Amino acid sequence: MRVYHFTEQPYYPVWNDHDGSLRVNLPNRKLDPKIAGDLFHRFYDEWLLADELGYDIMLNEHHQTATCMSSTVIVGLSILARQTRRARLLVLGYPIGHRPDPLRCAEELSTIDVISRGRLDMGFIKGVPYEFPASNQNPVGVMDRFWEAHDFILKAMQSHDAPFNWEGEHFHYRQVNIWPRPVQQPHPPIWSTTGNRSNARVLGGKGYVMATLGSGYNTRPLYDAYREGYIAKWGKAPAADRFAYLGLVAVADNEQEARRRGELVAGYLRSSAIVHVPFRNPPGFLTVEDNARMLKGQTAPRSFTKDGRPIDMHHGSVQDLIDAGILFCGTPDQVYEQIVNFCEYCGGMGNLLMMGHAGFLTHEDTVDNLTMFAQQVLPRLQAYKQPVAETVAA
Amino acid sequence: MSVTTDAITSLVVNGVNLEMVDRGQGRPILFLHPGIGIDPAAPVLGALARGGRLIAPSHPGFGGSQLPKGMTSVDDLSYFYLDLLEQLDLRDVMVVGVGIGAWLAAEIAVKTTERISQLVMANAVGIKVGDRETRDIVDIWAIMPDQFNELAYFDPQAGKRDYKTLPDAEAAAAARNREATARLAWSPYMHNPKLKGRLHRIRIPTLFLWGTADRILSEPYGHAYCSAIAGARFETIERAGHFPHLEQPEEFARRVLAFANAGVPAKAKAR
Repeated sequence: MRVYHFTEQPYYPVWNDHDGSLRVNLPNRKLDPKIAGDLFHRFYDEWLLADELGYDIMLNEHHQTATCMSSTVIVGLSILARQTRRARLLVLGYPIGHRPDPLRCAEELSTIDVISRGRLDMGFIKGVPYEFPASNQNPVGVMDRFWEAHDFILKAMQSHDAPFNWEGEHFHYRQVNIWPRPVQQPHPPIWSTTGNRSNARVLGGKGYVMATLGSGYNTRPLYDAYREGYIAKWGKAPAADRFAYLGLVAVADNEQEARRRGELVAGYLRSSAIVHVPFRNPPGFLTVEDNARMLKGQTAPRSFTKDGRPIDMHHGSVQDLIDAGILFCGTPDQVYEQIVNFCEYCGGMGNLLMMGHAGFLTHEDTVDNLTMFAQQVLPRLQAYKQPVAETVAA
Repeated sequence: MSVTTDAITSLVVNGVNLEMVDRGQGRPILFLHPGIGIDPAAPVLGALARGGRLIAPSHPGFGGSQLPKGMTSVDDLSYFYLDLLEQLDLRDVMVVGVGIGAWLAAEIAVKTTERISQLVMANAVGIKVGDRETRDIVDIWAIMPDQFNELAYFDPQAGKRDYKTLPDAEAAAAARNREATARLAWSPYMHNPKLKGRLHRIRIPTLFLWGTADRILSEPYGHAYCSAIAGARFETIERAGHFPHLEQPEEFARRVLAFANAGVPAKAKAR
């Protein structure tokens, strides 16, 4: 298993100082740029430590939000491409359906791949609902734009002998010929995220790494849908390295201290849904069928424990989050057991996207969390032999 | 109401299956609904049908009407409706639009009024009036449903729907209407930047009807719109907001039909 250290780079000092919304419309006067600078330096220091400790690294971006100061992930990738030495650099993700200019995306990502000497993993994502008021991209049809941007970026990265032309439904270019071209051939690995089975099947057909978050013990149906798509296209079961899962981690040498850290990292989940209500479901973000069900008040719970108890990940207790496989928390032995149990349930899960920092966890706690996990859990996970589910679960 | 009076018929235009109300006889009245769609049983339709042959489709992508690939703008819809007028060989048509439907009516009329002799624009969106940092139209996707009802209706209770008990087909239609509106009007928000400069091409008798309690749009916005069409009249409807056809259906129909009867005879235009 590979383990990626991830933080959303939050501006948590204002998390208890808002008028019902931490995203989109929280006035940026509440951000002190001096403190923001200190926090950025702190988060980069933690990533540099993660690089030394044997982790890989994941970054993301969100917009106009106190939950995540990384509004252009290219900046973070650029810094870490130069300053880290060995970690893979996963962007999960880059919301390419929102971008006005996928040529620019191809240039940025290729440059980062070259500077990092081939360590980039490219996660392309649709983006959460709250991104649309900020980007002003039409949520209706965003996946059409997404796939055209995806096709264009890959074509740009793989065309080396002559400029090409692109006159698509959404994007128009002449003389496309990016410099530099990426070092990984034919292009850096592609990742994506999903929360629904039909998209999981599509990703399986493409063989991309598929990540889920917050899906806990409701992940298996998504993985199985991916497996169906993969087997149909490739004629064999996908290896565990095709699957990734984002989990919060709080480890300590005793359970009480781990639970204290668990409370602090859970602050991420408790803050992440504090958004002005109309921004939570822009028109066209969900399918008509899902929206019709929502109108009628029929919203299915998203997270479940192993024994089928629904969990509200934004308000659940630390124990609830542990039971749901959303938070891995305890002593190193306990955390290892929790992660392996989850992998067995999944039928194989080869990439843990570990929120080694989240919420209100301090720098000192984060360093300790990362160090202890790296020393006492990571080597065992690296040695762990993943199951490879050949068929879908009943 | 009997089955025959509010029956929904279907019509295929360019391979697109439309659901529509087609009732009454005489001079054709094409009713273009706003973003919230149109209930075939809405009293305004019966009232308008007393004055002619009322044709009230659900626009492509709205209600139960099909959405063809690539139909993403009000401009696209306007060409579609020109095809519909041609297919049904309608002439001397009065086009009545509300909200986005009025925007659509204007987009049709700037292209050609060959088959259209009168235009009614009710609480119309579609043009940019203020400066670039002044929103002309409330961002309906940044407010709660209750706030929308407060701003859009004279009586906010009129906008309430009990979605929980709605039949599945109606819930699906409501969800489609919301998505279809955003497809057309997300950005540029609720307008076509080019439209204002084309309104001078509308040279048929035009009536602006304005529900005075509309706080999604302002009345000065309506006056600015009206003044861009030569000779257009502006009338208000009291005790109604953004949807005067729903809050004051009889008064709405009375004004429309009075305008129809007082209207200048249809221009005899060569094809």
